[in-house]
Amino acid sequence: MSRQYVIRKLLIMIPSLLGISVVLFSLLALAPGDPFDELATNPAVPPEVRAALRAKFGLDDPVWMRYWHWLTALMQGDWGFSFVSRMDVSTLIMQRLPVTLVVIGASQILAIAVAIPVGVLAATRPYSLFDQIANTFAFIGFSLPTFFTGLVLILVFSIQLDWLPFVYRADISATGWQFYWEHIKQSIMPVMVLGLFQGAALVRFVRSSVLDVIRLDYVTTARSKGIGERKVITRHVVRNALIPVVTLVALQMPIVFSGAVVTEQIFRVPGIGSLLITSMLSNDTPVVMGVTFVSACLVVIFNLIADILYGWLDPRIAYR
Amino acid sequence: MALFSAIALAVILFAVLFGPFIWRVPINEIDFAAKLQGPSWSHPLGTDDLGQDLLARLIYGGRISIAVGVAAMVVAIFFGLLVGSVAGMASGRVDAALMWVTDLFLSLPQLPLLLLVIYLFREPVKGVLGVEGGAFVLIVAVIGGTRWMSAARLVRAQFLSLREKEFVEAARALGASRLRQVTQHILPNALGPVIVVATIDIAAAIIAESTLSFLGLGFPSDVPTWGSVLRDAKDYLDIAPHWALFPGSLIFITVLAINFIGDGLRDALDPRRVL
Repeated sequence: MSRQYVIRKLLIMIPSLLGISVVLFSLLALAPGDPFDELATNPAVPPEVRAALRAKFGLDDPVWMRYWHWLTALMQGDWGFSFVSRMDVSTLIMQRLPVTLVVIGASQILAIAVAIPVGVLAATRPYSLFDQIANTFAFIGFSLPTFFTGLVLILVFSIQLDWLPFVYRADISATGWQFYWEHIKQSIMPVMVLGLFQGAALVRFVRSSVLDVIRLDYVTTARSKGIGERKVITRHVVRNALIPVVTLVALQMPIVFSGAVVTEQIFRVPGIGSLLITSMLSNDTPVVMGVTFVSACLVVIFNLIADILYGWLDPRIAYR
Repeated sequence: MALFSAIALAVILFAVLFGPFIWRVPINEIDFAAKLQGPSWSHPLGTDDLGQDLLARLIYGGRISIAVGVAAMVVAIFFGLLVGSVAGMASGRVDAALMWVTDLFLSLPQLPLLLLVIYLFREPVKGVLGVEGGAFVLIVAVIGGTRWMSAARLVRAQFLSLREKEFVEAARALGASRLRQVTQHILPNALGPVIVVATIDIAAAIIAESTLSFLGLGFPSDVPTWGSVLRDAKDYLDIAPHWALFPGSLIFITVLAINFIGDGLRDALDPRRVL
């Protein structure tokens, strides 16, 4: 993989980030309602003061100038101030982001760990009983909305069996092994909900991808050389079949984020998803904008990582 | 499986459409004497914390959820067809620009964006169209507006291959205008896979609407939809599990049935797919 390929991909990222910022800003600018509405209804604030404030914060400038100010402030790390939490938006998001990344990362690992073996096994025996069962479960898996699976898991494991806590707590007082055990215990359900939903969608994709590869000539060549079936599958088929799967995992990141918002809300995980919902319900616009922008950036970054991985896995791509 | 699903979906649709004429209990009749009851003869699916009848509420909610799903699908497919066919016919710069916008929308995180739009525009739209109508129009527009991309890409790909086919060339040679080529010759042949995507889009839109209502940003909580009933129920899981299980299972069964039908249609309409 050449360095040029990586640089090219990095440069492609810039217009998409700019595009996202334009979409977000135009939504904000098109939305009716004025940040100084409350001042207007407040009789203690004279109209001259209001006009001066508007001029100071540049609300009367043309749209493109306001966009430019907003964008430069954003790039300098000035994301505004949360009305509700009384702290900088960037600090608030940085506090919440690691939890979300851990939950999403763990659930993706779970999804891949379930989907690849099941998908490959189903594809090597197409239309067998195992394939049909796997297919049915995959359908059930991605038809189950995450909020319902979450509630059912709470009902079974927290209320009926009383095995797992259903509220995610950041302030666990235990130390050492106990501390880690408590953390793992409270993460099991959110990770399961997200991971199995993702895994279900992936299984079908892995299966069709393996089926595409398994019919190619080089696989027949490998078989006719007398290589064992198991080795043909693991060394020859799976390696090539997984290349498109990498792209799919990255392309699904927007969906994973949607799932994370819901799961964090159900299990009260203190990540950026639950931050988004609570700040919306309390009309905390700077935080809402910040979180939306961060999640959009994360999606773009994951796409970049996928592109680079793709070039590494399949050198033909990088030289096109 | 598709046939079985079609029957299940038909039963749900029938219940939702004609249910109110058979089960004549009002959705908002408050009866504290009967609150949080499990299923019984007077309340077949039990009651909620205000003693309102769940069967009546779920029938009413199903109408909204399914209506939102179908309407959002129509919006999404309309935009998808428009963008895809323009990009597929125009090629060159217009095509590149449209596809860049499509890819941009694909890389936006959907739910945060949905929530953002609803958060910013909820109040004004409510003022113009009323509480329920405003929420309906806004939710349909937003779900449809963020789901057209896959249809657009599909339509474009279909157009790119179809417009080079001999029968289109024949129509062109006979002097058919571009519009006539598109509407009479290319579009009817491109519709098969689009129907499959449309079916699956209904399921996705139903899930999206339920998610919004579940998070408290969809329909106002006095309007029962499957998602908002589930939202109200989630704080009573320990004492009234039936309240959450019925709406959840309804969403699940409807979505599963629609997905299976979509899969069946794919097998039926797309002869190129061998496996």
